Amino acid sequence: MRFEVLVEVRLRPGIADPQGATVERALPALGFDGVGAVRVGKAIRLAVEAADAEDAAARATAVADRLLANPVIEESVITVAP
Amino acid sequence: MTARLGVVVFPGSNCEHDVVRALALTGAGPAGDGDGAGAGVTADLVWHGERSLAGYDAVVLPGGFAHGDYLRPGAIARFSPVMAALAAFAADGGPVVGICNGFQVLTEAGLLPGALQKNRGLRFVCRTVAVTVATDRTVLTEGIAPGTTLALPVNHFEGNFTCDAATLERLRAEDRVVLRYAEDVNGSVDAIAGVCNEAGNVVGLMPHPERACDALTGATDGAVLLGALVRAARRRAGVAQPA
Repeated sequence: MRFEVLVEVRLRPGIADPQGATVERALPALGFDGVGAVRVGKAIRLAVEAADAEDAAARATAVADRLLANPVIEESVITVAP
Repeated sequence: MTARLGVVVFPGSNCEHDVVRALALTGAGPAGDGDGAGAGVTADLVWHGERSLAGYDAVVLPGGFAHGDYLRPGAIARFSPVMAALAAFAADGGPVVGICNGFQVLTEAGLLPGALQKNRGLRFVCRTVAVTVATDRTVLTEGIAPGTTLALPVNHFEGNFTCDAATLERLRAEDRVVLRYAEDVNGSVDAIAGVCNEAGNVVGLMPHPERACDALTGATDGAVLLGALVRAARRRAGVAQPA
């Protein structure tokens, strides 16, 4: 079966996020009060041929660990479309 | 007997000719033209598809945008065929220097610790900055007194050196911070501009020494660093150092 998988790559907690900080600083000037804790990451969509959803998640996790995320500063969250 | 330096070319590298030219000015001449032969050193380009680095006595990963910097700088380049040979060369004690994008490639490949994040403030920096040599135990700084300040050009968006507290502690304890900015350039932890591996034979730095090797263009401090690399290459090749 073919599964649609969403890989969210985000900075590990505690790693400075220059993009998030810059977006956050821009918000008050645009009138958006009360919006904070901005963190910028990547959303990567994959189509994965796999036996079942669990297998698809495992394969996407392997791709994320090997290539999509840099484990020194990033972590990934895998979501398989139902 | 001639020591040979290889400058790796990835698709998207753009400083490789500058590095070969700078090495020529510091004692290594481009292969084939006879320049520098008297100094016992030569430098030439190595395509990233090569699977062997046999015959090379030092390797430089130049600046640029290897594989377009897609995904992350260095993320794709680390899988280029030459990288397995480079890892073996480094493990064997071979001198390896990554400049700017080359530094990013070395961290992605796990040959150097940490990562290079987007600059603080998302500011692209392109100017000459003051950099201080922090250790002389590397192939790029041997013979240069720690504390020496060099004026070197930087030219990057993702040069903000980042690592966790434990890694930073280890880098300091093991004397592996090679260069520090004398000013805050990009938000790097501990103002780190360059680091090395445990043995000191693999060095990565964000500044471009190859752009500061010719008095004609106003600066020669980069030749101090590349001169040390050329000496390391001669030593590995068993070639006598010129008097």
